[in-house]
This record gives sequence, C-alpha cells and structure tokens, in this order.
Amino acid sequence: MIFLADFSVIKPDFGLLFWTTVIFILFWVIIGKFAFRPIMEGLKKRERDIQNSLDEAKRAREEMAKMKAENEELLAKAREERAQILKEAKEAKDRLIAEAKEQAKDEAKKIVANAKEQIENQKMAAIVELKNQVGKLSLEIAEKVIRKQLEGDKQQEAFVEDLVKDLKLN
Amino acid sequence: MRQYVLTLLLASMFALVSFGQEHNGEQSHDENATEETHHEEACGEHGKEPFNPGATAFHHISDQNIYNIGPFHFPLPCILYSPEQGWSVFSSGVFHADAHGNGHYAMDRYVLVEGRVRRVVADDFPMGKVELEGHPFFKKVEQKDGKPIELAHVCYGGSQYAADNPSTADGGLFGGGVTSFYDFSITKNVVTMFLVFFLMAWLFITVANAYKKRDGMAPKGIQSFIEPIFLFIQDEVAKPFLGHKWERFTPFLMSLFFFILGLNLFGQIPFLGGSNVTGNLAVTMVLAIITFFVVNFHGNKHYWEHIFWMPGVPAWVKTILTPVEFLGLFIKPMTLMLRLFANITAGHMVVIIFVGLIFLFGKSGELAGASYGTAVGSTLLTMFMMSIELLVAFIQAFVFTILTASYIGAATEEAHH
Repeated sequence: MIFLADFSVIKPDFGLLFWTTVIFILFWVIIGKFAFRPIMEGLKKRERDIQNSLDEAKRAREEMAKMKAENEELLAKAREERAQILKEAKEAKDRLIAEAKEQAKDEAKKIVANAKEQIENQKMAAIVELKNQVGKLSLEIAEKVIRKQLEGDKQQEAFVEDLVKDLKLN
Repeated sequence: MRQYVLTLLLASMFALVSFGQEHNGEQSHDENATEETHHEEACGEHGKEPFNPGATAFHHISDQNIYNIGPFHFPLPCILYSPEQGWSVFSSGVFHADAHGNGHYAMDRYVLVEGRVRRVVADDFPMGKVELEGHPFFKKVEQKDGKPIELAHVCYGGSQYAADNPSTADGGLFGGGVTSFYDFSITKNVVTMFLVFFLMAWLFITVANAYKKRDGMAPKGIQSFIEPIFLFIQDEVAKPFLGHKWERFTPFLMSLFFFILGLNLFGQIPFLGGSNVTGNLAVTMVLAIITFFVVNFHGNKHYWEHIFWMPGVPAWVKTILTPVEFLGLFIKPMTLMLRLFANITAGHMVVIIFVGLIFLFGKSGELAGASYGTAVGSTLLTMFMMSIELLVAFIQAFVFTILTASYIGAATEEAHH
C-alpha cells in the first residue's frame, strides 16, 4: 500500500469550516436554549429550594427553642404553685387536727366531769339508801335485842338503868 | 499540581508531534529518491513500497469522504463545487472505493484517492462515470508556486492525469491553498459532528426534562451523572471568571466544553472509525474564531482602553504595549486553536504509530516472530496511551473552556482603579 505523505489535518478545508460553523452554532442555539438554560434554571431553583428549606428549618428550630423556654417557665410556675398549695393544705390540715384535738380534749374533760358528777350523785344516793337501810336494820336489831332483854322485870329495870346511865353520859 | 501535570502532558504531546513530523520528513526524503523510478512504471503494475508509519498515520487522522468501520464502507454524500463546472452532488459510493479509500471510478472528473475527493484538472478527461485503469493512483511530486507538492495521479485511457487536492484555507502556508474545486461534502468528520450533536442533544434534553419532571426531588440516573460535570463547569469555570454575568455566558461555555469533549471522546472509541475531528485545524479554527467574536463583541470600554491606550503608563511604553496587546487579541484564539488541534492529533498519531510498529518491525508480516513480539508490546503501549488520551480529552475540553471564560471575563470586567 502507498500513502500520500500529506499532513492534511493542518490544512483547514473550506467544507469542514462551513459545516463546523453550522453544527457548532446549532449546538449552541438548540442545546443551549432547550437544555443548558433549563438545567441552569433547574439547578438554581433547587439551590433556592434547599436554601429556603434550611431557613425554614432554622426558623422552626428557633421557634421550638422559644416554645420550650416558655413551657419550662410555665412548668416552673406550676411547680411553685403546687408547692404553695401543698404547703397551705398541710397547714390547714395541721390546724384542723389541732383544733379537733383541742375539742376532743374539752369534750373528754366535760364527759369525765359529767361522769364524776353522776358518780358522786349515785354515790350519795347509794349512801343515803345505805344509811336508811342501816337505820332500819339497826332499829329491827335493836327491837329484837330489846325484846329479848326485856323478857323479865329485872332485866327491864337494868336496861332502863343503863339507858339512864347513857343519857347522863351524853 | 494540575498545572504541572498539564505542562508535562503538553510538553510530551508536542515532543511526540515533532517526533512524528521529523520521522515523516525522513521518510518522504527516501520516497523522493525512489519516486523517479516509481512513477515511470505508472499505469501498469506497481511495485511494493516499504511500510511508512508516518504516512499511514497521516492517512488515518485525515478527514475522509467515506466512513470506514472495519470491513464496512459507508458512502457519504459529496457536495462539490468547482468554478469551471459548477455544483456536483452525488454519493461517494459511485467511486467503488477499496479498503484504503481509493476509488476505481471517476465521476464528473472527480476521483477518490485515499478517501478524499480530488479533481482531475485536464479538459480531455471525460465527464460522467468512467472506470479508471490499473492501480487506482500513483503519486508524483510537482512544483507549484515554487514549492514541491505531492499530487495523486490517476490513469485513464493509457495516460496519466494529475488530480487536484480540495481547496484549503491555509493560504498556501502548509502546502494547501485554493485549487480548482471546493469540497462541501458531508465528510466523516461532519458525520461525526452531527452524531455527537444528536447524541448530546438527546442526552441534555433528557437531563433538562428530568429537572422539570423530578422537580423538588433528588437527581437520579443520567441526571446525576451529568450534574457534577455541569456544576463543575458552572461553579469552577463560569462563576469565578465571569462574576455576576456568568448566567449570560454559561450556555456558550457549556456548548464549547461538551462539544469538544463529545468529539474528543467519540474519536477515542475503538472500532468506530476513530474520527479525528478536534484534531483537525478547521474545526478548532472555527471554535477559536467564534470564541474571538464572542470575546470581542462583548468587550467593554475598559477592555478596549487597556488594549489601545493602557492607562497609567508613560506614553513611550504605550507605543510598545499597544502593538503587543493588539497582537494578543489574535494570538489568544490562535493558541486555543493550536493547543486543542496539536493535543488531539498527537494522541491519534501516537496510537496509530504504536500499531504501525508491528508492521514496521515485522516487515509487514515477513518476520512473524517480530510481529507477534511487537504486537504484545504495542498493545500494552497503546492501552497506556489511550488511557492518557482519555485524560487529555477531558483536560483539553476543560482548558479550552476555562481559557475562553478567562478571556470573556477580561473583556467584560468592570473598571476598578
């Protein structure tokens, strides 16, 4: 095989110049307009969307932090209130108990006093009764004794004498 | 660090290019010596030439009017204009090309030599479709404007006819210039550019739709594959250099980056023709010229002032500075053009030359042992080279884009003193 030793690529051919111009300008116009521009727009839009989402997330985070702080404040206040209420309740309870105790004591005292009085009354009644009974019994005994002793004249005289003696003594 | 690696890569690329060219220079000297005896036997049997890796590489990196993928040859539409005979439009299938892209037929005085359409200038050559004779072509060095130029010759009716190369826009600087016809065909490179254009359009419009469809959702699939690359160019290239004006120029920078990257990578795919599109000066020239216009069209007062009448320097310095700055206007896009071209061309050539070593050391199959031995080494070297080329594909697309961004940034920068 033989070849012309011709470095033809360095010789710009008119046809190739013409067609390259046509094809490159087509490339630039068509792909530029229908592909590169939309891709650029798409990328820009996505960049914007991402930025917006990030901003939104940041805002949401800040809001959350704010809300959390508020919540904590509320919680602290509530806790304080609860403590206050509890304290008051305890005081009230203590007071009530103390009052109740006092009352109970008074009541008890009164009851005891009543009981004592009644006991005294009963005792007095019992004593009176006992006295009456004793008196009656004494009389009966005395009657029986006297009857026995005064069966003869001599004994009657002695007894009268005794009585008289006793009287004198009194 | 990246700067350092880049410099190293650039240096090695240029070294390889110059190696390739030197090498080729030697080869063509040898050929010139044998040429005299060779073309005497033209139109008859042709002798066997030694394998020439340089010329093979030049053939493989050049643009073609036919698309070869392995054993398949896809004919492409030819759109040709010559001031003499007007427009001719036909399929390159009419040439009945062989595996090397040499046609066995001529059509309206156009012939296919090494995959390129060339035109027979002679008036006595018939119009219409005619069969060529003998070997499809031979080459002869002729003098044109005092410079030696290698021209293909075809045989018809027992005589030889010289065939003109297509016109090129180098103004004779690299051995081209305006010839008898212009080739506006849909060549292999044009087909590749269209393929990359449709591939990229499909890819990016799919991704753009995904942004609409999956609004407010995480990226998925192909979208998440493209997004980091897109964002890299947007955030690391457009925004730092262009400031608040980044949105206006990002589509242009993206177009540059993905057009170049797509073409670089497409040329790297093995067994798909290996189109060397961004390694063709015409392509990089168009990109550089468009960049030049975009930069200077948006240049503000501040920018032009700094070019033509640099503020704050003595008048005699201005007389030096103004021409330098003015030249810089054109040198900047020119470096863009050459850098991309040289890197990609060098990459393609190195790969072809490594493969060519197999045929060189094996003497085109005569020494089977040497062929096999070299094949192993060459395969490893080629694989290594291709992985570097993959890196270069990204780096060059990135460098072109970031430099363009910096030029636009400098042109649109607000005054601040």
